[in-house]
Amino acid sequence: MPRKRVVVTGLGLVTPLGNDVNTTWEGIVAGRSGIAPIEHFDASKFSTRFGGQIKDFDIGAYLPVKDARKMDLFIQYGIAAASQAIFDAGLECTPENADRIGVAIGSGIGGLPMIEKNHQLLERSGPRKISPFFVPGSIINMISGNLAIKYGFRGPNIAITTACTTGTHNIGYSARTIAYGDADVMVCGGAEMATTPLGLGGFAAARALSTRNEDPCAASRPWDKDRDGFVLADGAGVVVLEEYEYAKARGARIYAELVGFGMSDDAYHMTAPPEDGRGAAAAMANCLRDAQINPEVVDYINAHGTSTPAGDIAESQAVERVLGSAAQKVAVSSTKSMIGHLLGAAGAVEAVFSVLAIRDQVAPPTINLETPDEGCRLDYVPHQARSMKIDYALSNSFGFGGTNGSLLFTKL
Amino acid sequence: MSTIEERVKKIVAEQLGVKEEEIQNSSSFVDDLGADSLDTVELVMALEEEFETEIPDEEAEKITTVQEAIDYILKHE
Repeated sequence: MPRKRVVVTGLGLVTPLGNDVNTTWEGIVAGRSGIAPIEHFDASKFSTRFGGQIKDFDIGAYLPVKDARKMDLFIQYGIAAASQAIFDAGLECTPENADRIGVAIGSGIGGLPMIEKNHQLLERSGPRKISPFFVPGSIINMISGNLAIKYGFRGPNIAITTACTTGTHNIGYSARTIAYGDADVMVCGGAEMATTPLGLGGFAAARALSTRNEDPCAASRPWDKDRDGFVLADGAGVVVLEEYEYAKARGARIYAELVGFGMSDDAYHMTAPPEDGRGAAAAMANCLRDAQINPEVVDYINAHGTSTPAGDIAESQAVERVLGSAAQKVAVSSTKSMIGHLLGAAGAVEAVFSVLAIRDQVAPPTINLETPDEGCRLDYVPHQARSMKIDYALSNSFGFGGTNGSLLFTKL
Repeated sequence: MSTIEERVKKIVAEQLGVKEEEIQNSSSFVDDLGADSLDTVELVMALEEEFETEIPDEEAEKITTVQEAIDYILKHE
């Protein structure tokens, strides 16, 4: 059985740069930073006191507020991004297609705010004060679950959780689900809201975060020699994937084709990559093999590029290893320089950026890259977006546990 | 100072996302005000908080309307 082709027909975003696709993308192409001091809790005792928060978010546009109150913020962000993507795709759920539409939206961590709040209630006032909505409001698969309830999607419903590769894996898995014939449409991506005392404190304790408190907008500086860790951020990214013939038959606008998906693991360390980036390289190579294309046709790479000392070098090594001499001409940028690291949402948000890079034929910039570090020899599109031919865009994600994923999109 | 009836209705309105004017004393949380089983658990918790009391589960199960909630509070005040 030949596998079916998979195309992207809808996009949705909630990011520190804006609560929709257009506002966010405008900010990205303009090279703006969405990073700011943390104000939603007292962060004064923390070594890092800034992040990429969502501002002026109104869930009322997507759900009755009464229902939303029972869902932690990561679920609300996910449902907002998914609703945008479904609207953008012009997708209607009917009795005829409901069984053929599925959802795969994950999160790296899940409902930390509710976990913290209910633990406090338990400690202060005892078990009778735990909310009946604590469990359904905080577990990771409840974006997918609530979205199915909202729209009536009765197809596959799942939420893969693989740390910072979550978004990428959910999209890749969804593409396979369509290619294999299990669904005609998949609404897929990731969402996160982990800038809480435990989330911020936990990543700070792991020494993963930048501590550039005096200049938050300059803190995320992938490949720069003065980088000192990533910037924790919130939000969600969702794409609608469809089987090509199905999309064509209903006259859907097609943004791009998803032609490749690759996975691997470092099998090395809980949080750090091996210096040569061999795991990252394997995911990229698997992705290109899946697409059956030669590495030199890749025009643009939306890198994982978190701004951590080890990760940025490993990814650069991996690109050189996989692309060979073509590594010198590929444009590689990190949009995390502007919005920070959205953990489980990162791969999905960056997939959206990769698709838009193809649509608009523009490579987003890497801001704050003043002096590339030793071992960082690629073209990182510093400071300013670049108009260029982009037929193939690759998006990378790497997560704790050494889990790696790459997606490849192309112009149709 | 609000009456017990007013305070109960205010909490019901907040918890169930309905307007206070839509709430009658005879309103059933589930049948008239759209609550599900988890909503009613949370509603009872909110009443406990407001009136600084503890409603045992076997009593809570019997509170299915606004009037029953008011009666329970009056009786146990």
